[in-house]
Amino acid sequence: MKIALPMSILLAATLAACSTTPTQESAPVAQPKTAAPAATVPDAKVTPAPTPAKPAAAVAAPKDPFAELKDPKSLLSTRNVYFDYNSYEVKLDYFPAVEAHSKFLKKNTTGKVLIQGSADERGSSEYNLALGQKRAEAVKSAMKVLGVKDEQVEAVSLGKEKPKNPGHDEAAWAENRRADILYKGEY
Amino acid sequence: MQRRHFLQAGTALTLLPALAHAELTVEISGLGNERIPVAIAMFGGENVLPKPISDVVRADLERSGLFRLIDAGTQPLADIARPDWAAWRGKGADVLLAGSVRRLPDGNVEATFRLYDVVKQAEQKSAVLSFRFELGRNAGHWIADRVYEQLLGVPGVFSTQITYVQKVGRNYMLQIAEYDGANPVSAFTDDEPIISPAWSPDGKRLAYVSFALKKPVIYVQTIATGNRQVVANFKGSNSAPAWSPDGRRLAIVLTKDGLSQIYLVNLDGSGLRRLMQSNGIDTEPCFSPDGKWIYFTSDRSGGPQTYRVSVDGGDAQRVTYEGSYNVSPRLSPDGKTLAYISRNSGRFQLTVQDLASQQTLALTDTSKDESPTFAPNGRLILYATEVGGRGVLSAVSVDGKIRYKPLQGNGDIREPAWGPLAV
Repeated sequence: MKIALPMSILLAATLAACSTTPTQESAPVAQPKTAAPAATVPDAKVTPAPTPAKPAAAVAAPKDPFAELKDPKSLLSTRNVYFDYNSYEVKLDYFPAVEAHSKFLKKNTTGKVLIQGSADERGSSEYNLALGQKRAEAVKSAMKVLGVKDEQVEAVSLGKEKPKNPGHDEAAWAENRRADILYKGEY
Repeated sequence: MQRRHFLQAGTALTLLPALAHAELTVEISGLGNERIPVAIAMFGGENVLPKPISDVVRADLERSGLFRLIDAGTQPLADIARPDWAAWRGKGADVLLAGSVRRLPDGNVEATFRLYDVVKQAEQKSAVLSFRFELGRNAGHWIADRVYEQLLGVPGVFSTQITYVQKVGRNYMLQIAEYDGANPVSAFTDDEPIISPAWSPDGKRLAYVSFALKKPVIYVQTIATGNRQVVANFKGSNSAPAWSPDGRRLAIVLTKDGLSQIYLVNLDGSGLRRLMQSNGIDTEPCFSPDGKWIYFTSDRSGGPQTYRVSVDGGDAQRVTYEGSYNVSPRLSPDGKTLAYISRNSGRFQLTVQDLASQQTLALTDTSKDESPTFAPNGRLILYATEVGGRGVLSAVSVDGKIRYKPLQGNGDIREPAWGPLAV
């Protein structure tokens, strides 16, 4: 559990194995560059799971295990998982954060998360709802692969109904292709 | 012989109307001389009403795009039983509507109308309608419906209602309005999104999806009482409710077993049954009018396309082939035409497909069309689109010949659904 890299590879292999054909999300515009996520995460290859907050969490454990979730230095503060255009696979960049949340949930079995998937504004409400669901399910599947119990995770979709960025350009759309990890009490 | 009727208030009329809104107006009528020339005379005594009935009938018939109004002057007929045939023929009218209105001792109002074929110099239809004073506009719609049906052989939709979601600031309002957008009332207001409203076949209830619980959950609300019940709140997302034609059950989309899949459920939430299993997204179900088929959107072949499957399950058949992105299928009331949103060169456009011939026709030149919904007589399609960055409603005839100016309100208007014919 200390080394994130093998876990990332395991995750990648598992997810690749169960990935389906990509679903067309919307207009066939050029594949955008990686969305600039609000919360940046360390690259898995360069920085294998620094988890700076881990010792702090161990010390803080007697107080409130959930306090770690709010520590901006912890990987657990990464709550937004961004997706590429027309893609429903968790990008490598986000594996460390997804792993950190999975570890946290395995340690704190009373913890529960709601994963809210979103889609960009183009196309029908209901089809976008299904696409957002696909993103939320991708994060949920990753967590389950990492040993999180099914009853601790609920994957739902907000479709295009609650855009984080209300704009109508590629930058806005990229920001809205997303799944958010929310712990009980945060939604 | 004159039939006597008493006007029943529409289900939403028990609610208080908000301020008057803009109404749909015809933008282009491509019918030209095919329109029926009709003269609608002032109704004698109609000044007792805040809005003269003849004005309502004229506006309705004109808005249909199928009639050409002949100037009928500013005076009612001296005797509505004896029109001056030569005079009306001289004005170019093929059809004449005349009538009278009087206040009854009990406070209600009675309107009498006579519809004449000026060419044949004969009465075609007449009726007496009594109604509550405040329902004058509805009485006009009722008369316009009788005229429309008499002259065109299909029911009018002037007495029907529409619903849509209006977002003003942070508030989402599920609105119910007259067919032309007039007199909207809020059935439900929330600060979380509302999508996919769907009328029960009897027009008394609405199914819709609310995000009030931070996830999509399906409710059914009785309009007259405002009572609402959860129909589906399973783990995951619950969405896309569609009524069966008998009003007893809903097709819904759940994700409790993985990706979005279609289920059937009774109105009380019992009898849940998964319709079929696919390895992709199945959503936006819609029953065929005979209740035997469910049309839906699926990405099983890559991009989203319309398929249909028997309500008993089994293999699905693909219905749309043109283009790589076709969503939101809706069947015409006669089950012969499919309306849907098709992406063409990055533009999302309302399109219809004749199911027998598979001929398709793009009906609009806008680029962000959504949520097509047929008028219950099958003649018009109401849909959401965007003008100047704002969500608006618009309408077009199924043949594309009659177009309407967009209906704007405060904020954004989306997710329209046209209610059933008034009973």
